Amino acid sequence: MEQPALLEMRHISKEFPGVKALDNVSLTVRPGTVHALMGENGAGKSTLMKCLFGIYHKDGGEIVLDGKPVDFRSSKEALENGVAMVHQELNQALTRSVQDNLWLGRYPTVAGGLMVSEKIMSRRTQEIFRELEVTVDPKAIMSTMPVSQRQMVEIAKAVSYDSKIIVFDEPTSSLTETEVEHLFRIINMLRDRGCGIIYISHKMEEILRISDDVTIMRDGQWVATRPAAELTMDEIIRLMVGRELTSRFPPKSNKQGDVILEVQGMSGRYTRLKEASFQLRKGEILGIAGLDGSGRTEVLENLFGVMTREGGSIKLHGRPIENRTPREAIKNGFALLTEERRATGIFGIRNIRENTVISNLKSYLMGGICLSDKKMKEDTDWSIQAMRIKTPSQSTEIRSLSGGNQQKVIIGRWLLTKPEILLLDEPTRGIDVGAKYEIYQLIINLANEGKGIIMVSSEMPELLGVCDRILVMSGGRLAGEVNAAETSQEEILTLAAKYV
Amino acid sequence: MSKESKDLAAKAQWDSKRVLSLVVNNALMIIMIIAAIAIAIVNPNFVSASSIVNIISQTAAYLPAALGIAGCIVLTGTDLSAGRAVGLTACISASLLQVAGSASKMWPNIGTLPIPVVILIAMAIGAVIGAFNGFFVGKFKLHPFIVTLGTQLILYTILLLYVKMGNNGGMAISNLDESYNSFVKGSILPKIAGQTIPNYVIFAILLTALMWFIWNKTTFGKNMFALGSNEEAARVSGVNVLMTTIMVFSLAGAMYGFTGFIEGARIGSNTANTGLNYELDAIAACVIGGVSFVGGIGKISGIVIGVLMLRLIFIGLTMANINQDLQYLIKGGIILFACALDMRKYLVKK
Repeated sequence: MEQPALLEMRHISKEFPGVKALDNVSLTVRPGTVHALMGENGAGKSTLMKCLFGIYHKDGGEIVLDGKPVDFRSSKEALENGVAMVHQELNQALTRSVQDNLWLGRYPTVAGGLMVSEKIMSRRTQEIFRELEVTVDPKAIMSTMPVSQRQMVEIAKAVSYDSKIIVFDEPTSSLTETEVEHLFRIINMLRDRGCGIIYISHKMEEILRISDDVTIMRDGQWVATRPAAELTMDEIIRLMVGRELTSRFPPKSNKQGDVILEVQGMSGRYTRLKEASFQLRKGEILGIAGLDGSGRTEVLENLFGVMTREGGSIKLHGRPIENRTPREAIKNGFALLTEERRATGIFGIRNIRENTVISNLKSYLMGGICLSDKKMKEDTDWSIQAMRIKTPSQSTEIRSLSGGNQQKVIIGRWLLTKPEILLLDEPTRGIDVGAKYEIYQLIINLANEGKGIIMVSSEMPELLGVCDRILVMSGGRLAGEVNAAETSQEEILTLAAKYV
Repeated sequence: MSKESKDLAAKAQWDSKRVLSLVVNNALMIIMIIAAIAIAIVNPNFVSASSIVNIISQTAAYLPAALGIAGCIVLTGTDLSAGRAVGLTACISASLLQVAGSASKMWPNIGTLPIPVVILIAMAIGAVIGAFNGFFVGKFKLHPFIVTLGTQLILYTILLLYVKMGNNGGMAISNLDESYNSFVKGSILPKIAGQTIPNYVIFAILLTALMWFIWNKTTFGKNMFALGSNEEAARVSGVNVLMTTIMVFSLAGAMYGFTGFIEGARIGSNTANTGLNYELDAIAACVIGGVSFVGGIGKISGIVIGVLMLRLIFIGLTMANINQDLQYLIKGGIILFACALDMRKYLVKK
């Protein structure tokens, strides 16, 4: 039976100078359903949502909410009309309390609007938290809380607007498995209440589990809208990429050689890493699995000298090394691709060339004083070709590239330093499916060339598909080591829960 | 080890850590108190009634400007125009409240205006200056440092031109009406220990209470902190960012206007140099009082303590017979020390 639509976005178009960001895109959300919105990065999902919230002005098309045409001019107006969004990047006032954040922009007032009532605020906060089974202290200061709890506050905030439409933009990227279950319970509750949920995610397992309908976009255009029950993962990928991807992972061809790196009892001084010991071979891809906060990143950053080590020894080719600072680590032939690309990877407003040569400036010096433009251009050209970076030119600002291309620029940056050991922290985070395949291929090629690779990932299929061995972290400790070819997700999960 | 004893051990460790961090976080206070005790031992007059009243009065005089500028700092900004705004409003207040009929009266055709009217004029002029700053900061996304650097220069020209207007011809504006002097410097309080407490101490207390209310109990105050903490979060939550910014600077300006009104009478002889560098003392006081340049952090009580401490140093140095030239070195050292301690709280060790 056809229900009347709760939200209809009809023939939305949006043009930026030189780019058609949205071309005649339609989206219909029925009440009491979860509608997944999928597409590669740059497909136009966020542009479409920004048009809904009035952050962008649409050039054409109309939006109908509950049978009435609407045209919001700001996110505040959207909120007041029952359209809320849980942003992917947490936008919170970190120095303020949970409840100050929750009611920001609409503080309950007494005395004729003169005074904010802490009492009402605290009571309503507790009501909402009880309803959603969120266990967070309403008076706690945001900056003292883990990211997952802050995410829950953001979700509670969206729910607290009594919204009819709630948009979730990659809500699970910082949640643990249990928290994801909790989120899904909340979403199901909202669905039962008759809300329409728009769910944006790259995680296909999640999409197929939680959603009723799936709309797929590509290059700013609508591709398909289907019931989730009729879709398979391969089908979604085919629709998103627009071509057959015979497999999600390239064939593995790397051969392992001798042990090049030996780590004994490495612990962090200020971080939770305890007594990690492992080895890495030449040409090997070593994965590190574990839940968020289990100490995965800490392994890489202690090894690279970003974090301070408390004890333990590192041996490179049997020779002890220290790696007290990143500078020292780079000299010893290490390279680190950081987890937060935007925060600690790219220099956003600088161009591709500067982003490429930054770790290798010493080798472009002429007479020890002046940098050779010619050499820098040559190396950047090499990187653009070898990494297959799609960019108009070397002098393009890196922030205007897609996530996948930015990541390739950074990998290129590190290859110029001729590293022996590459530490990759979430190398495919926030990267679309097609580009992921290319990154996997790059990683395998690097292993083929005899580099040792340690790769942290929160996506288990990726670890199973790319790595040779996988170390499983749990509660800051090494819980076990498995052979990627023989293990299963269940085995890894069991190990990951060992010291929780 | 049993779970309980482990918990106990963890607790004990946490306690020693907490004591240490309490000491470090309040190191400045502790040093100041030790310094005050040392000065009192060298010169017991430091703790005499007249000295204490002097410290309190000077604190009261400098407090309103610091309360205003603190809002700008909470927004991760600053305000370099505060001193000139104080100077301009001081000269205007004084020129409107000169003794009627005196030969040097700047505006002979205007009689002596009622005091409340002059207060309103001074605060309104300050508020307009602040709104001007806030508009450039909020609308054009300029850093407040740049905006207020520009405003400060513009105000100086206005001030130079103003003191040459009317009958004044660039002279110091003095010969103030008795009503003005007694309103500001007189006392409605009974003498305490033989000391007169001037009225401007009462005004400072009232303004402090008002600012505490605005900061902690109003939507505007909460919006200000949210904006300073994360502008984008405030925007997507529906806070009017431009208006809040303008209001913060405007409120600060009104405070400078009030300071100008007080200074006009307190100094008694106002020139284009009145108010010079007040902003630096006010910013220093805020920083010492824990209003962080990181944004979104600050307490009214901290500002009061900050202003008080700066005054303690100045007066204490004189009383301890220490070379006055050293005061700037000590002031500079304290600012660096205070900021380093402050940043320590926000750094995460890895």
